[in-house]
Amino acid sequence: MSLDKATVAKVANLARIRVEEKDLEPLAAELNSILGWVEQLGEVDTENTAPMTSVADMQLRWRTDEISDGGYQEDIVANAPGHEDGFFAVPKVIE
Amino acid sequence: MSDLTRLTIAEARDGLAAGKFSAVELTAAHITSMDAARGLNAYITETPEKAVEMATASDQRRAQGTVGKMEGIPLAIKDLFCTKDTLTTAASHILDGFKPKYESTVTTNLWNEGAVMLGKVNLDEFAMGSSNETSFYGNVVNPWRRQTDDQPLVPGGSSGGSASAVAAYTAMGATGTDTGGSIRQPAAFTGIVGMKPTYGRCSRWGVVAFASSLDQAGPMTRSVRDAAIMLEAMAGFDPKDSTSVDMDVPNFEAALTGDIKGLKVGIPKEYRLDSVPAEIQSLWDKGIEWLKAAGAEIVEISLPHTKYALPSYYIIAPAEASSNLARYDGVRYGLRVEGKDLADMYSRTRAEGFGSEVQRRLLIGTYALSAGYYDAYYLKAQKVRARIAEDFNTAFKEVDTILTPTAPSAAFAFGEKSGGDPLEMYLNDVFTVPASLAGLPGISLPAGLSGDGLPLGLQLLGRPFDEETVIRTAGVLEEAAEFTAKPSDWWRG
Repeated sequence: MSLDKATVAKVANLARIRVEEKDLEPLAAELNSILGWVEQLGEVDTENTAPMTSVADMQLRWRTDEISDGGYQEDIVANAPGHEDGFFAVPKVIE
Repeated sequence: MSDLTRLTIAEARDGLAAGKFSAVELTAAHITSMDAARGLNAYITETPEKAVEMATASDQRRAQGTVGKMEGIPLAIKDLFCTKDTLTTAASHILDGFKPKYESTVTTNLWNEGAVMLGKVNLDEFAMGSSNETSFYGNVVNPWRRQTDDQPLVPGGSSGGSASAVAAYTAMGATGTDTGGSIRQPAAFTGIVGMKPTYGRCSRWGVVAFASSLDQAGPMTRSVRDAAIMLEAMAGFDPKDSTSVDMDVPNFEAALTGDIKGLKVGIPKEYRLDSVPAEIQSLWDKGIEWLKAAGAEIVEISLPHTKYALPSYYIIAPAEASSNLARYDGVRYGLRVEGKDLADMYSRTRAEGFGSEVQRRLLIGTYALSAGYYDAYYLKAQKVRARIAEDFNTAFKEVDTILTPTAPSAAFAFGEKSGGDPLEMYLNDVFTVPASLAGLPGISLPAGLSGDGLPLGLQLLGRPFDEETVIRTAGVLEEAAEFTAKPSDWWRG
């Protein structure tokens, strides 16, 4: 499997990272080198192996469905680059 | 008064208890040392006023008879831990100006035990790197230099600021985080002790996330005893982290009995790599002899999937990072770069805010999780990870701990491995990544010097939640190694 320029552009868009046209080619080469190295995982027989999903053999805990936190709207928006009336402010989305 | 910064945490604890000096005096000595070591660029944010305030409160508590496990001990905090109202950057441009409104659980635990914060220390951006060369705030310099030249060397990474701060006596200990070796490898490069506990032992709540199934906090100190003391203060069950394990925290210091008679120590044959310098192989052999002399039984073991650990790590960690770092969008905190619409604002913010290594990993991770490739990459890597964990499980039926080198080289020069091929840097984690994937506890301790006078580390790994055997064995190794070398303090210049 080899990444071409178009695929890198697509992945960059999915990752919401702006990549300049001139950087696509060198980036494709770097990513291909990493992916080429990863190909060796194909040598490992995992036919009857379940993917590892947690390190310790444990069940996720349940908690009662009740409010346990909150009530500090000001703190939540305190670090936002833009906020108004306790809400995050973003560029206009609907024309 | 002799130089208070040269004490270990255990010695300072005794000195404070005996009233030989106060927490304020101890902290003042470290603030002076921190100032003098600015050339190392270990700190991103120094908080001397906060430190004095906390030390004063510590002395007052002591006067009233309340003494925590880390009472009055000044520490550096990796800038990946959120600290309330103190700038927290993850060494990234994208978190510009971020002052959390909350405190991470690990640092809360440390403050509850009386510790004092000196400042926030540098790291690779979002903990992605093995040399501290990817920080937006510049390279951290290793206090150690080769005997043969004055070339500045990397402190390792990602907890490079933590390592450099402790090795240069600007802090008695530092918090680190370890995803694939980020505590153990910099500890080895700077001649200090670094311990990654079992995954789930320390809460991840309030720690900027990199790869959630791997990230684990741990102590970086100048002795094994100090690591035990500090780990005990950091660890503990936290309902706010769903992977935190509800288990009592043992008295880790009490594990230092010095007795390892009959202990079975595994030596994995797959870690004998031809590419590793002879001096590291021979230090490993010395380690084996030291443990043997102390009454341990040495057993050769096999961890057959070792060579697949790095490639699976470099799928899993970026994949999880691509998901975790989706939150940096220029809306809720940090940097915002305006664009023509919302999507353009996102992609400009992320292009400018993330450095090149972070971007590279986010792209790999996004690709590995994207439709049509998920099974081939992420799922396959998680299956290989299960095989790697199985290898360790099998080995631990036979042995109690495993001894290996920590890193395949001593500290290297800036640019030496960060030039062209990212793979060259990734290979530095060859001995630390497998245990990270399996979630096992591991410690690195300084055990000898390279031919040109740089510290080299040995690593001990243990069964899940058996930090005590790791600490006990490390204590014996530390005593046998008699590592007393220190960097010359050229940086005070």
